[in-house]
Amino acid sequence: MLNRETATFKRTYAEDMALYPAPLPRYTILVLLFLFFVVVPLVSSEYTLGVANLLGIASFGALGLNLLVGYTGQISIGHAAFMSVGAYTSAMLVSIMGLHWGLGMIAGGAAAAFLGMLVGIPSLRIKGLYLAISTLAAQLIIEWGINHLPFIPGGAGGSIYMDKPSIFGFQLKTNLSFYYFIYVVLVIGIVFALNLFRTHLGRSMIAVRDRDIAAEIIGINIFKVKLTAFGIASFYAGITGVLYTYYFGVANYEAFTLVVSIQFLAMIIIGGLGSVLGSVFGAVFISLLPIVLDIFLRRVGGEFMEESQIAAITTQIQLMLYGGLIMLFLVVEPDGLRKLWRNITDYFKVWPFPYL
Amino acid sequence: MSIEHNRRISRAAAALATVALLAMGLFGGAVSAKEYVIGMQCDRSGPTKPVGAYMCPGFHDYIKVFNKKNTIPGSTIRVMEIDHGYQVPRGIEAYERFKEAGAVSIALFGTPHTVSLTPKLTEDQILGTSPGFGSAAGANGEKFPFLFPLAASYWSQAASAVKFIQDNWKGAKQPKIAYMYYDNPAGREPFPIMDDLQKMLGFEMEKYAVPAPGIEMRPQVLDVTRKFKADWVMGQFFGRAPTVSLKEFARMGYPRDRMIGFVWAGGESDISVAGWEQSEGYYTIQFAWVGSSSKNLNQPILQEIAEVYKAEGKPAPEEMDVSVYYNRGVMAAAVHAESIRWAVGKYGEKITGKEVKEGMENVKNFALPGGFMAPVTMSGQDHEGGGAVRIFQVHNGGFRPATDWFVGYREVVMKHVAAGE
Repeated sequence: MLNRETATFKRTYAEDMALYPAPLPRYTILVLLFLFFVVVPLVSSEYTLGVANLLGIASFGALGLNLLVGYTGQISIGHAAFMSVGAYTSAMLVSIMGLHWGLGMIAGGAAAAFLGMLVGIPSLRIKGLYLAISTLAAQLIIEWGINHLPFIPGGAGGSIYMDKPSIFGFQLKTNLSFYYFIYVVLVIGIVFALNLFRTHLGRSMIAVRDRDIAAEIIGINIFKVKLTAFGIASFYAGITGVLYTYYFGVANYEAFTLVVSIQFLAMIIIGGLGSVLGSVFGAVFISLLPIVLDIFLRRVGGEFMEESQIAAITTQIQLMLYGGLIMLFLVVEPDGLRKLWRNITDYFKVWPFPYL
Repeated sequence: MSIEHNRRISRAAAALATVALLAMGLFGGAVSAKEYVIGMQCDRSGPTKPVGAYMCPGFHDYIKVFNKKNTIPGSTIRVMEIDHGYQVPRGIEAYERFKEAGAVSIALFGTPHTVSLTPKLTEDQILGTSPGFGSAAGANGEKFPFLFPLAASYWSQAASAVKFIQDNWKGAKQPKIAYMYYDNPAGREPFPIMDDLQKMLGFEMEKYAVPAPGIEMRPQVLDVTRKFKADWVMGQFFGRAPTVSLKEFARMGYPRDRMIGFVWAGGESDISVAGWEQSEGYYTIQFAWVGSSSKNLNQPILQEIAEVYKAEGKPAPEEMDVSVYYNRGVMAAAVHAESIRWAVGKYGEKITGKEVKEGMENVKNFALPGGFMAPVTMSGQDHEGGGAVRIFQVHNGGFRPATDWFVGYREVVMKHVAAGE
């Protein structure tokens, strides 16, 4: 965050505990909130809001994964499977049992958290790539389960349709209404994550990531911390699945395949492991880049060729540029977009001096 | 002039070119008058690329001919294609972009995208078509008013396959049929139809699941050929699985002319990998003509496309060589274009998705000449268009039609469509 740390005095405990003690970041946050909740909805088209919604949901999911992979150091390639658990739980509760959507949402998160903790149990014994493989197994098992378990309805297509949720009799139908819904949830998720790492639990998670044996020696119950991390990350994943389900109006397991899990891993690696802001950056980068490249190439190509010819070519160029840009960013800054952002803010922190 | 100076000029030129390119990207894309937009999702970069790379050009080429012939006097249709790489969020984004561009109809691509967009189609009142994917229950126009499967669903395919077997079976008893399927919802979708038909006709049937990704099926094939001793085999496969099934059955010496593949199990690429001679006799279900190529333009519409290309000084598109998918694109485009033509004829220039939907429901007995596609007859209840298919047989390194367009046990299929499961 852009801030200058000079002349910030903390006179009370409350001031000391504030998420943003310096005044400038506080104003920045207020401006950002104003921008995202007033300006963007006012000036954006339905299309832009639709894209913004997808970015918001992706950011929420990436944030959850980063809590686990980036902060606690437990690799998971089953993230999308927990999303499908949330999606199906909420769709079943709301659409078939007729419960309130809010309840469905929390239950979706909780169901995913429960399964996530089950999957996390092996993490006590295995680490790194081995753990990754065991979470891969979870992805496959959950996919298979949704496909075959008889108590999961969904008919021939394996999908459950549901009505869009309504708040105080106002049904969320437009992209605008969903924009508010999704971004309120995202803000809650971000604030929770930011605060989590100022607590005992959050610090323990970081300690486990940095060196688990040392963490154990200083009295951290590793198993508890790892399981909690799995639980929280899967809760985020579950809510992500619920958001997708509410937004699309249908729960469908094919939206949460292994490829999606890997894409979320790519998001947090590009954005920056162990960073809340980085998760958002990564999610936006990975989701938005193909779209922007596609629009751009089509417009440029439209000057020279007809639609059918462009289509065949842009896809290839888009893929090359996409891959190339990801590599470029990782080579330039292996710590992710978050580090690039920090370089900028650090520069302004000491400006006009080159360093302190 | 110094080197430094030169370098500065070239750098300035490069910057200028970049700015010009950027400006074109941001402000380009002029819209001509009276243009109806069809949004077309495509997958040219994801797992279903082998289909998308041929189906989408077919769609484009038909519309090209349609515009050239001035079928809607004074107006043209523009196909706006967006590649979503088989990812659901990008499919949703593509849909939003179509909507913003004012698309009057949308050709969806891929089952998850069809399912995820079905609620939105109804909300926004834009029709979407899902030929050969999506769900069979989507044929129910009352339950899914803006979704059009457009071509024979897996239910209709299953019914047609059974009908074909019944027509060709000379045995005294009812045949033993093995149904082998890719273990996903699409593979299990035909179950209710086949269970009903089994009760009705009394044939013996066993179902064999092949787990994803469907490249290992020797145990199942052994079961089918040695234990169950099936008289006929129906294969509902995707991806690499059709090729593997052909190879495995060939290894067992099972007669290939007792095997019927559903619509995604009979592409040229699948068969050429298994070997054309090895696959001699294999039957495939199709909802558009197959067996043509850029050298062998045996259909009037393909000749028209080739002529348009020739007028531009180009040879016929090589995508035509994969006729199974290319021709499906042509067929889907024809139904879209016909619906728009009908809507413009009735409501004039100012049409939206709603009018085009009415147009598609009023497509009656529509077909391209030369038996290129099944005559499509839509109605408010039936969004599948009749569900007719044609069975082609692998013969002499190509395909030959084994039947005419026909519909199998429509009443059984419609019973389930009406129930709307």
